[in-house]
Amino acid sequence: MNAVTRRERAALDAPTVEFTLNGRAVCGRADEPLLEVARREGVEIPHLCYKPGLEAVGNCRACVVEIAGERVLAPSCCRAPTAGMQVSTDSERALKSQRLVLELLQADMPETAYTRLNELDHWAAKLGLGKPRFESRVQPSQDLSHPAIAVNLDACIQCTRCLRACRDEQVNDVIGLAFRGEHAKIVFDMDDAMGGSTCVACGECVQACPTGALMPARSAALALPDKQVESICPYCGVGCQLTYHVKDDKIAFVEGRDGPANRGRLCVKGRYGFDYAHHPQRLTKPLIRRADAPPKRGDFVMDPDRVMDVFREATWQEALDFAGGGLKASRDRHGKKSLAGFGSAKGSNEEAYLFQKLVRTGFGSNNVDHCTRLCHASSVVALLEGIGSGAVSNPVMDVTQAEVVIVIGANPSVNHPVAATFIKNAVKNGTQLIVIDPRRSDLSRMAHRFLQFKPDTDVAMLNAMMNVIVTEGLVDEQFIASRTIGYDELRKNVEGYTPAAMAPICGVDAETLRYVARLYAKSKASMILWGMGISQHVHGTDNARCLIALALMTGQIGRPGTGLHPLRGQNNVQGASDAGLIPMMLPDYQHVARPEVRARFEQAWHLAPGTLDSEVGLTVVEVMHAIKKGSIRGMYVQGENPAMSDPDANHARESLAALDHLVVQDIFLTETAYLADVILPAGAFPEKTGTFTNTDRLVQLGRQAVNPPGDARQDLWIIQEIANRLGLAWDYGHVSEVFDEMRHTMPSIAGITWDRLEREHAVTYPCVKEGDPGDPVVFIDDFPREGGRARFVPADIIPAAERPDADYPLVLITGRQLEHWHTGSMTRRASVLDAIEPDPTALIHPLDLAAMGGRPGDVVTIESRRGAVTLYARAEEGTPRGAVFVPFCYYEAAINKLTNAALDPFAKIPEFKYCAVRMRPGGEAPDQGSYGGGQLLRAAAVGA
Amino acid sequence: MNAKTIPIVALDPGRQRKREAPKGRVVDPAALAEVQQLLGAASRAPDLLIEHLHKLQDRFGHLSARHLAALAREMRLAQAEVYEVATFYHHFDVVKEGEAAPAALTVRICDGLSCEMAGAGDLLARLPAILGREVRVIAAPCIGRCEQAPAVAVGQHPLAGATCESVQAAVAAGRKTDVPAGFADLDAYKLEGGYALLKKCIAGELDVDDVIKALEDSGLRGLGGAGFPAGRKWRIVRGEEAPRLMAVNIDEGEPGTFKDRVYLERDPHRFLEGMLIAAWAVGISRIYVYLRDEYHGCRAILEGELARLREAPPYPGMPEIVLRRGAGAYICGEESAMIESIEGKRGMPRLRPPYVAQVGLFGRPTLEHNFETLYWVREILEKGGAWFTSHGRHGRKGLRSFSVSGRVKSPGVKLAPAGITMRELLDEYCGGMQGGHAFYAYLPGGASGGILPAAMGDIALDFDTLQPYGCFIGSAAVIVLSDQDTAAGAARNMMRFFQHESCGQCTPCRNGTAKASALIDKPKWDLELLADLSQVMRDASICGLGQAAPNPVDCVIKYFPQELA
Repeated sequence: MNAVTRRERAALDAPTVEFTLNGRAVCGRADEPLLEVARREGVEIPHLCYKPGLEAVGNCRACVVEIAGERVLAPSCCRAPTAGMQVSTDSERALKSQRLVLELLQADMPETAYTRLNELDHWAAKLGLGKPRFESRVQPSQDLSHPAIAVNLDACIQCTRCLRACRDEQVNDVIGLAFRGEHAKIVFDMDDAMGGSTCVACGECVQACPTGALMPARSAALALPDKQVESICPYCGVGCQLTYHVKDDKIAFVEGRDGPANRGRLCVKGRYGFDYAHHPQRLTKPLIRRADAPPKRGDFVMDPDRVMDVFREATWQEALDFAGGGLKASRDRHGKKSLAGFGSAKGSNEEAYLFQKLVRTGFGSNNVDHCTRLCHASSVVALLEGIGSGAVSNPVMDVTQAEVVIVIGANPSVNHPVAATFIKNAVKNGTQLIVIDPRRSDLSRMAHRFLQFKPDTDVAMLNAMMNVIVTEGLVDEQFIASRTIGYDELRKNVEGYTPAAMAPICGVDAETLRYVARLYAKSKASMILWGMGISQHVHGTDNARCLIALALMTGQIGRPGTGLHPLRGQNNVQGASDAGLIPMMLPDYQHVARPEVRARFEQAWHLAPGTLDSEVGLTVVEVMHAIKKGSIRGMYVQGENPAMSDPDANHARESLAALDHLVVQDIFLTETAYLADVILPAGAFPEKTGTFTNTDRLVQLGRQAVNPPGDARQDLWIIQEIANRLGLAWDYGHVSEVFDEMRHTMPSIAGITWDRLEREHAVTYPCVKEGDPGDPVVFIDDFPREGGRARFVPADIIPAAERPDADYPLVLITGRQLEHWHTGSMTRRASVLDAIEPDPTALIHPLDLAAMGGRPGDVVTIESRRGAVTLYARAEEGTPRGAVFVPFCYYEAAINKLTNAALDPFAKIPEFKYCAVRMRPGGEAPDQGSYGGGQLLRAAAVGA
Repeated sequence: MNAKTIPIVALDPGRQRKREAPKGRVVDPAALAEVQQLLGAASRAPDLLIEHLHKLQDRFGHLSARHLAALAREMRLAQAEVYEVATFYHHFDVVKEGEAAPAALTVRICDGLSCEMAGAGDLLARLPAILGREVRVIAAPCIGRCEQAPAVAVGQHPLAGATCESVQAAVAAGRKTDVPAGFADLDAYKLEGGYALLKKCIAGELDVDDVIKALEDSGLRGLGGAGFPAGRKWRIVRGEEAPRLMAVNIDEGEPGTFKDRVYLERDPHRFLEGMLIAAWAVGISRIYVYLRDEYHGCRAILEGELARLREAPPYPGMPEIVLRRGAGAYICGEESAMIESIEGKRGMPRLRPPYVAQVGLFGRPTLEHNFETLYWVREILEKGGAWFTSHGRHGRKGLRSFSVSGRVKSPGVKLAPAGITMRELLDEYCGGMQGGHAFYAYLPGGASGGILPAAMGDIALDFDTLQPYGCFIGSAAVIVLSDQDTAAGAARNMMRFFQHESCGQCTPCRNGTAKASALIDKPKWDLELLADLSQVMRDASICGLGQAAPNPVDCVIKYFPQELA
């Protein structure tokens, strides 16, 4: 664990001083805790409240030492050496206090052990303490109200490690130390039950607690694990490193590991969202659609518990022959372009690479895509066009070096929770945070300014800011002159966008627009982070163009702490795109239209010249339309769930149902799999090894922790088996062989070797030559475009495809919520996550809800021109008036049935963030099937 | 905003609750409107949290969870941040959903040692029944009126020498506030030459170095109890980087101490002038005055007189003077705890180094002074350092303001020469013992300064003279016990006080005061265990509270073995 502490922040080049430790001459840095110097010198001092990475507070007093000339003892965790200081850690006086402190705390400990690793017991044993001579305090009662965390305050020693983890490190600000004296008590919010508090269950407090006062619920961490596996988190793009604690081939619990992107931190999904892998509904046998199954329909209702009504079990041989044979038959009968493949941003780089290679060489077209199309496609298009690279310029961690950070169209405390913690750390250290979003997120509480602009008015607002920068002469002339092209067009374009004219359009007053523009432009280092609020519009590419132009005109790019960072959504959406899992690019963004690129890959892949298709393939939504038109007949879908994630999902489902041959490879019977002709049971994340690239361009190694259940097989093996049935004759042994092939075709990662990944767990690219350290910050000297110059691309206002009107007066915004991932197939089967958020809700401003005659928690029906869902109304003040926000992870209220499939013309990304709906109280309560609704933990409670 | 009310459902982590609203306590729009109205245009900066909590407590008689949640929203703080502060201070009554609010009127009966000796226990036993349910009767740690023992506060109205009848009468008459009278206001103070010295300083007629030199010559030391030489402190802070702040400690909470109140109630501007001279000499850009909440009358005086001073400042560009109100916490008399409290936080002492002179209030170099130290500045500068040192007995120099209470005939603030002995003080200044009482023991320095037997009544009372006996003079709060009292009883009273007032931060003090209290409540004391406990508290506590808390117990063991036999 390694919080950004004040001590670290100060980063003093402290001189080394000589002093004596227990009579011995030693050296230490003048800012180094005595305790650490002693540890280095082999002298152990008991300590409880001290934990590296957390601010040292010196409250437990177990580490007190005697310093010659001082009246009282000093806490060695909070004192640094000075020249000539005489420190004694083992004098009679120091030892007496160390022992007494431990005895005082031991006197108040419960009989029950809550943890295997009680630090108080450890030190008491080490110092040979007997039975405490003091009478115990009156013990507080247990709080078991939270699904993830047990609160055993009878084991609490008030060391405040949990408080610092919650407030200094994660900055969730839930834990307090209330009351005083012997009544001092760790509380959640206002001494509320933890389960009823604002706790987001990141579990950092549990990881910090030395005595088991905060523990994983249901004694999950009490049994001794068989092994620990160093791996990474399977969820978002932050890329947290973690340790799986495995017992009996199952994951018992998870702890954060000190990775470059997370420094030991995790969020609720990473820490408590692992047991989906052990869910009884895991697919364990290949399945083939029954001959007597009802015909496929887009408007199905399914029950994963009744798979066998529709499918029958098959052997791998039969299933693979059937799957591969069907694809081959379609290719041979209807032509190469009759097939398409969707890979997954949740799979490894190696899987993505082989999948696109399979489509390009086995199917014979570029019809390969994945959910990047649904998240950051527009950002990538704008970035490639403007600065020549689709990846971030700086890692998230750079916010700690920025003076000003703009977070726009993103809700990182929900979608990138660990990244959000570093933003909050930066704010605490003085960085000025500007949050710009129609929805008021948690992060806005810490913002220097919060701009709650009207949905869909991004370009108007951003152009107005650029107008200020131009008009007030805040541009970086030199940067523009030496490193960019196209500034004049941009300057002319923003002339008309004055703050005064744009203020009524975007709903932010002109003075605030001016203030923020000046702040951003003038700061020594400004960084912009954005999310899907920018990208998921028909003008998503334009939105991103504006952000890029802001950075370029002010020279706020190409240095530490200043740049552009589109927060990538999925754990490997960066890597999957890098690996060529997109229809226009071969691996490493080498365009399919360029003959020299194709020639290079034909050579690398041992193909006859002219084999590779030169035509750009179809994107996700285009594929759905092509199916309807009859031009796509067969599909191979690996780990994606378009039936839930695509816009206008009813239409998408009809398309999928219309396919002649659908092969789905997944770990659960998803809505997409339900429409398959054959289902291939795959391995879950912890059941395989591979590399994953996070939002920071960090290539990290995920290691297998447990075995796939039943006959489920790892994806890499399945992809290869399908490829061979398409006549490709692949023979990859270990996953590292795939990686090795990748790095020889992808210059950006050419220098990264598997051995190094095994050793270092993570390497940042660009890493061109072996031994390169990797560049976290890029564009320092030039941009990877012609002439090395970035390009300004002006943008004008384009309204959303579907605006509210009298019939459909509300704006629907879709997105995610903290506990659930994407379409919910994993997280709603993770017992803790499902228990915390069991039901589908629509977030609506309390006054809008009241005006509609509804009360919080009521069943409401939302309709668009394309579909309707019923779910529960959640009153939430952060939602703007006239809008409703719905997460898309709930199968019983699949909100994508309502969204609009209108596309951004450049990136083909659908407008998930804006369509017109109406809402009314009432409707049939959502019908939950065999998972979700918190049923796993309820069943466990009944069973126990 | 349209004043529509949205129903708020009781907190329940159940499934329906999750459907209704996001995690945690929802802010009630009605409560938010009330808080916004109450705060008006006042700053929402986090250091004003305690001030704003006072506004709510004064207005509603308690702090409801709904108001706290609304205040948190309004100040952009987390609910935990508000709650932990609200529950730290004794004068805030937090009432959560479903809990009963306290009665509208609270009667606080001081159970400090002097008041206990004067019959507080009897009042505490009888008053609840007499006053009925409409009035809450609670014991309060020393309220700084020991010379008036037993002292009682009816709401904010103080009663001297309280009886059941006088309390009942005050309650019936609806007297709830403390209206000060008889003090020298700005006009009166100016009339007798006030602020002339300050003006001379500003006009450059006096040199900063000379002023500091005069102060050093006088030997004036910090009169809050620590005794740090005042002149040297000015020199140190003056050498630190600007902006520099000043914090004035009027959190006079040491049981037995009331001198600051008495002086403040008489001559507030003498202190203010001294404060402004210090600010001038040290180069202070803003001054914070921290006043203990029990001194409601003093607050009224300071609020009024500071307003007048701002209206007619003695010189243009006078630094801003901010008055801050404590909230019932002895620990906030500790200099770094007071700084935390001024910053709007729990009063938890900071670890040193760094010292507040270098890193103090809001992270700035801070000149921190006790009220009385500043009170003497004018007279010392006018009369010269030698005038101050011309006083003194038994080889000691200077003047001391002794707060004397207990079994003496004439209690009160006694300005006496430093180095005077207990017997001399008793005979010459206090009219001897009360009738029927014989001098048995005395506490030379409030609750933390230890207990000495009458036989040791000839020790010079001053800084540094009592250390050899395991005692110290501190704020010169002298409590006199008679043959009708016991030292062990006094020690129990004191340890109960420390247990009640420990901030809870460090183990030796938090657990130590509680365990020590339990140990000495037993008829037979475990001397070995008490000795161990005493040592860890002295050696390993963060601040003076825990370090000095064992003093009374150790003194009983050392000087009053007969009581334990």
